[in-house]
This record gives sequence, structure tokens and C-alpha cells, in this order.
Amino acid sequence: MIERRPLLDAISHLILILGVVIVAFPIYIAFVASSQTAEQAALAPLSLIPGDQLFHNLSAVLNTGATGNVSAGPVIRMLWVSLASALIIAIGKISISMLSAFAMVYFRFSGRNVFFWMIFVTLMLPVEVRITPTYKVVSDLGMLNSYAGLTIPLIASATATFLFRQFFLTVPDELAEAARIDGAGPLRFFKDVLWPLSRTNVVALFVIMFIYGWNQYLWPLLISTEQSMYPIGVGIRRMIAGGDAAVEWNMVMATLLLAMLPPALVVLVMQKWFVKGLVDSEK
Amino acid sequence: MEKRARFRSAWLPYALVAPQIIVTLVFFFWPAAQAMYQSVLLQDAFGMSTQFVWLDNFKGLFADPSYLASFKTTALFSVLVAFLGLSISLILAVFADRVARGATIYKTFLILPYAVSPVVVGVLWMFLLNPTLGVVAHALRHFGIEWNNLINGRHAMILIVLAAVWKQISYNFLFFLAGLQAIPKSLIEAAAIDGAGPVRRFATIVFPLLSPTSFFLLVVNIVYSFFDTFAIVEATTQGGPGKDTEILVFKVFNDGFKGGDLGSAAAQSVILMSIVVVLTVVQFKYVEKKVQYS
Repeated sequence: MIERRPLLDAISHLILILGVVIVAFPIYIAFVASSQTAEQAALAPLSLIPGDQLFHNLSAVLNTGATGNVSAGPVIRMLWVSLASALIIAIGKISISMLSAFAMVYFRFSGRNVFFWMIFVTLMLPVEVRITPTYKVVSDLGMLNSYAGLTIPLIASATATFLFRQFFLTVPDELAEAARIDGAGPLRFFKDVLWPLSRTNVVALFVIMFIYGWNQYLWPLLISTEQSMYPIGVGIRRMIAGGDAAVEWNMVMATLLLAMLPPALVVLVMQKWFVKGLVDSEK
Repeated sequence: MEKRARFRSAWLPYALVAPQIIVTLVFFFWPAAQAMYQSVLLQDAFGMSTQFVWLDNFKGLFADPSYLASFKTTALFSVLVAFLGLSISLILAVFADRVARGATIYKTFLILPYAVSPVVVGVLWMFLLNPTLGVVAHALRHFGIEWNNLINGRHAMILIVLAAVWKQISYNFLFFLAGLQAIPKSLIEAAAIDGAGPVRRFATIVFPLLSPTSFFLLVVNIVYSFFDTFAIVEATTQGGPGKDTEILVFKVFNDGFKGGDLGSAAAQSVILMSIVVVLTVVQFKYVEKKVQYS
């Protein structure tokens, strides 16, 4: 605090509260709509006071999904598909990035620079710009409607590799020397020295990558053509596909709440690591 | 920087990089090469015969008014998203940096949208602005605005801009806040002692020192509005009404998958790739150099 300015303090709080309201309002409306009956949610305008159907609606979508429109199946299955793919993507990205960063920092081998640039270039090839040919590769490999198809094409990670590379470079050389003198091989050194030292980075990166995996949309939209492999984002899209009149908004909003809950919990519970992961993985 | 202590093994480093390199080759390089190859081919509708046509697909694109219109739409969309997203977040970050009490609670709320997936954000705003049911659409009607994003292209654009900005606030806010907190307090105090008020201090000290962060965020936001907003557009407007919200990424998807025009979709992919290459180079060349003060 540089100086006392009560008026400016009041304005600050006012603007921040306004910001919070803007952020919270859509989520609140989703909550209100999902706590009402289908008839109430179809009334215009929507009441701003929550109804008493929240748990009924949540269990309805979880177990049977939304009816009355294009059926997308039970939401519990979608949550499972999303969770499984997000976990595979997050753990996969972290594992393969750590290993390749380890190789690049602790070994000198021919082709090292080529590999480094190959990984760097993937930054310039987001899935959106190579949709059709990548889809063809996956379908040629018979990976449509499988967890492998949903996750493996997304687990290369330049940002995670660079992050671990930067981190390994800051690890004192003496540690590796000591390990070598004590007769530990590279894998032993990785397991007993580098891995414990990297844990904070791993957790921070895990939070970011989990959310990245959970929030995938374009890729599963192409790969999951069978209902049983819809992640939650694709499922929501199917629910609203039947045209305005047929959409059961209370059920859709209940599904939206369920879709938001896991990543929101991860961000809130692991806030410190989340901020670290976000800032680190971009610089 | 190089390590002094190294391990020696003829095969181990290759085995360690293999998973990443294989994924990269199979799912990044091969498809990207395919896109480039297909962009110079003309395939008939049944895929029976292909013909090498040099740059005809590209010429066709730039002679196609709907492609040029899509470029304009994307430009307008990303300028709006970047400008609104950055200004709103900067204002929030400046005030959050100021307040001592309650800062954590504000911060916790403001980072929430980061966790919400683009498709969910799209559907949320579509519901709020639904012409018949939406709470916000209803409120707008009280002010004499007949909101209908299903037939009014400008309304549809506002819808996707709102959704895209709302989602990106968290990200920008966190980076601005980190940037603000990295500015040495002594500078601000010195200016205050010299009699500079809060506005003056912001304009002459804080904002200039934030410019590396702002520039970095500008690039990130442009990339975001070009590519990551696909889900928002796909879930809400589907590029419509007409083609009023058809951004480039959505057009590639539409032409490649729904339209089956592979040559044109591949040429569009190649153009998008060159845009990403330019943005990435800009980001690495200029951002890295300028972030040195911190």
C-alpha cells in the first residue's frame, strides 16, 4: 500500500465485485435452470430463484441422459470417458516429455538437435490446422472410437518438454556426478534424484494438462462417432442438436454443471500449482 | 547451457526420446506433409483420380469471396476478442493488485472460467442469449433491443465474442497480475513521493513496464481467437447466420468434413499453418528478448 485513498479503495472493490458478478452470473444461471422442472425452465423469462429439482435432474441425466431430444446416452458414461481421456493425456504428456527432456539434457547423442527442433515445430501444428489428414491417419490405424485414438495423437507436448528441460538444466551437476561415482546408472539417477526433485513441476503441469485434456472438443468430435465413446463436451453438443423447441434446458444445464465440476475442483483445490503451471508452461 | 556431468549409452537416449518422436512423426509431421501434398492436388468427388495442379487450390481460395469474407470475419473476431479480453483483464488485475483485503476471494472467482471448457462456455452464453428463453436477451428487450442471434449476424458475432472473452479473462488476469507484482515497489513509491497520483503512476510507470506481458498476451490471445475458439463457434452459431460468424478454423472443418472438398481444405490448412508459424516466431523472437527486466 503506497498511500491511503479510501475512495479509490471503494472503487477497486466495486470493480472487482462487478468482475466477479460477470464471471459468476452465467454459472449461477446454469445452476438455477438445472434446479427447475422442464416446464419452469422453458418459461420466458427464467426465474432467477433456484427451484428444488436439482438432485432429481442431476440423477436423471447421470443415469439416463436427457430424453425428448437426440439421445446422447447417460451422462455418467460421458464423465467416465472424459475423465479417462483427461488422465491418459495428462499422465502421457508428462511421462513422454520428462523422458525426452532427460535424454536431451543428460546425454550427448547424434540427432539431439534434430529431435529438439522436431518437438519445437509441433508448437506450430495445432490439431485445428491438420484436422483432415490427422483424422485419416487415426482412421487408417483403426483407432476411431477408442481411448488410444482420443488420447495418443494429443500427448506430444513441446511446452512440457521445454519446461522439464529448463528445470533439469538448473539441477546442480554435482548430483549427477555424485550419482555416477556411487555407481548409479542413468535410470537409477532419474528415479531416485530427478523424479523426487521434479514433483512440484509435475503437479503443476498435471493440473494444466488435465484441464487441457478434459476440455478437448474438436478432436473427440471427429474420433468418437459411437455414443459410448462421447466425452461430455460432445454429449452436450448432441443434446442441443435437435433444434430449439425440443431442447430440455434444465437437463442440459444440469449436464453443464457436471461437466464444469471436475476441472473447477482441480483448479480450486490446487490453485497454487495451477497458477505456477500456467505461468511456467508459457514461458 | 550444457551439462558437465553426462551419462553414456549408445541406445538409451534414443529409447527415451522415442515415444515423443514417434507420436510427433505419426500424428504431426506425416499429416502436415499430407496437407501440404494435398493442397497442390485436385481430387475428383469419388477420389478416383487425382491431378497435380500446382497452386490452383490457393488461387481458387483467394479468388473465392467466401474465403476472403471468412478472413475478414476472423480478423474482426480476433481484434474484438483480444482488445476486450485484454482491457477487461488489465483493469481487473490492476485493481486486484491494489486491494489488500479480499484479494484471494476475487482471484479465486476470476480464475474459474479457465476451468470451463469452450463448448460449455458456448452453450452457457447461447442459453443466456437465447432469443425466446434467455435471461439476458429478455433484459435487452426491456431496453428496446430485439435480440436475435439466429437471424442477426451482428448479434451472432457479439455472442461468440462474449463467450470467447469470458473464457479468456482468467488467463489474461493471472498473467497481468503476475506482471504487476513483478514491478519493483520502490519505483512506484519513488513516483508517489514525487507527487504522482495513481493515474499518472499507471500511465507513466506501470503500463510501460507491463508492455512485455501485454505483448505476450496479445500474441496468445490472437492464437486463442484463431484456433481455440472452434468449439464456441461450432456449438453456438455453426458459422451462421449465413456465413456471418464463419471463422477460418470453422471453415476448414466445414469444407473438409462436411463439404468433402479436400484440396481446398488442405490449402486452407497450409495457410493456417503459415499463420501459426508467423505468430510463434513473433512470440519467441520478440517476447523472449523483452522480458528481461523481471
